[in-house]
Amino acid sequence: MIRVENVCKTFGKKTVLKDISVTLEAGKTNLIIGRSGSGKTVLLKSIVGLYGVDSGSIYYADTDITKLDFNELKYLRQEVGMLFQGGALFDSQTVLENIMFPLNMFSNMTKKEKIKRVAFCLDRVNLSGVGKLYPAEISGGMNKRVAIARAIALNPKYLLCDEPNSGLDPVTSILIDKLISEITKEFNMTTVINTHDMNSVMEIGENVMFINEGEKCWEGSKDNIFTSDNEHLNHFVFASELLNKIRAIKK
Amino acid sequence: MNYLSEVGKFSIFIMKVFSKPEKIQLSFRELREELIKLGINSIAIVVIISFFIGAVLTLQTAYNIRTPLVPTYLVGYLVRESMLLEFSSTIVSLILAGKIGSNIASEIGTMRITEQIDALELMGINSVSYLVAPKIIAAMLINPVLYIFSVFIGIIGGALAGHIGGSVNIVNFVQGLQYNLTFYYITYSIIKTVFFGFVITAIPAYYGYYVSGGALDVGKASTKAVVNSSVAVLILNLVLTQLLLK
Repeated sequence: MIRVENVCKTFGKKTVLKDISVTLEAGKTNLIIGRSGSGKTVLLKSIVGLYGVDSGSIYYADTDITKLDFNELKYLRQEVGMLFQGGALFDSQTVLENIMFPLNMFSNMTKKEKIKRVAFCLDRVNLSGVGKLYPAEISGGMNKRVAIARAIALNPKYLLCDEPNSGLDPVTSILIDKLISEITKEFNMTTVINTHDMNSVMEIGENVMFINEGEKCWEGSKDNIFTSDNEHLNHFVFASELLNKIRAIKK
Repeated sequence: MNYLSEVGKFSIFIMKVFSKPEKIQLSFRELREELIKLGINSIAIVVIISFFIGAVLTLQTAYNIRTPLVPTYLVGYLVRESMLLEFSSTIVSLILAGKIGSNIASEIGTMRITEQIDALELMGINSVSYLVAPKIIAAMLINPVLYIFSVFIGIIGGALAGHIGGSVNIVNFVQGLQYNLTFYYITYSIIKTVFFGFVITAIPAYYGYYVSGGALDVGKASTKAVVNSSVAVLILNLVLTQLLLK
């Protein structure tokens, strides 16, 4: 479980996060939604410790990561897997080397064990047989799946995903969503997903938090969205004609 | 003030570069790869440039001392001195600052904007040390080797140009090469190349690492890196020459 308490973050004179508090539960897919530029990515990168916060606390179980130095944070980060918006696979390494990278760095496995673990991770994301290819030789969807495989290589307790569906077609998007959701349940991970894709919200949104201009505006599950009277949330969610029609049918 | 803060930021960056790596084994592997990338892959350009500069130096020197009062073997002597003292150390380093510098700045800059550096940091890896240290160490090791290589190739180019062009024959040229050789000049130049190896990798790595924005910014950082590392080579050349040739 991750607990965010009263987090504020500014860049220069611009306040990006205003007093955000939220509990992100283990074994569930926790979604952070909001418009582009609303502060989702900053919040996610703050949660993971890539950005320092100006005030507030971020607890991983009982450890407040805002009080940790680089070396202490280093050990905690080995329990965190992150899926970046563009995949962030290392261009100069093959798929196999990319997934093996965290194992080389932080495990004492033998080469045989590492290869076995990589094969398991690739198999888990339904991508067997691409180990020798480079990131530039695979599609966007495969890229994301390899990034998921790398993120779970060290068996993390926490999985953070920054817009995992950006740039993907609807079919591949659903595939990635389902994969993340399955992995979350299977390994009882605390999964946090940043998205503005409403399909994802409807597909896997167990806990949903809506951010508007750096402020937490609404929190609930995907089912509560249709009955919410939050003006900002409705303005964001029902911007599309399709979802408006669905809401009308549901009502 | 801005300049001072930049120097401070660069100093902190260099301190991070030489902090303890996560796994020594992997750092050696990276070092080996960088030695190939920065060293072996630069041999072709060093050979081509050194050969032709050596050849042109011979022709120009021979043309300028065309008088019976000056022995022709001095052509070999002057070409050797030019190659040993300045060309093979400073000019080759300047050329490598362009080739290696733009490569390092764009490679690390692209890693920054595609979040690959964030991914490293997130895994708990000191990304500065992991990415930059092998490059700097490799350049400091390989630059003196490229220098020696350049001297030899330049002299061969000079000897061939003199012989084929008829301005100085091989025997006279070799006689000039052996004339009044000061071995300290080689030591002096090797020391210079070690320092040049440092600046032509550290400065571009710094600009690449702190890129923010998109592809256009990577290009700008790359240009800045090449210009500033070239200027740093020239200033360092002056300072080291003053210190070492007293």
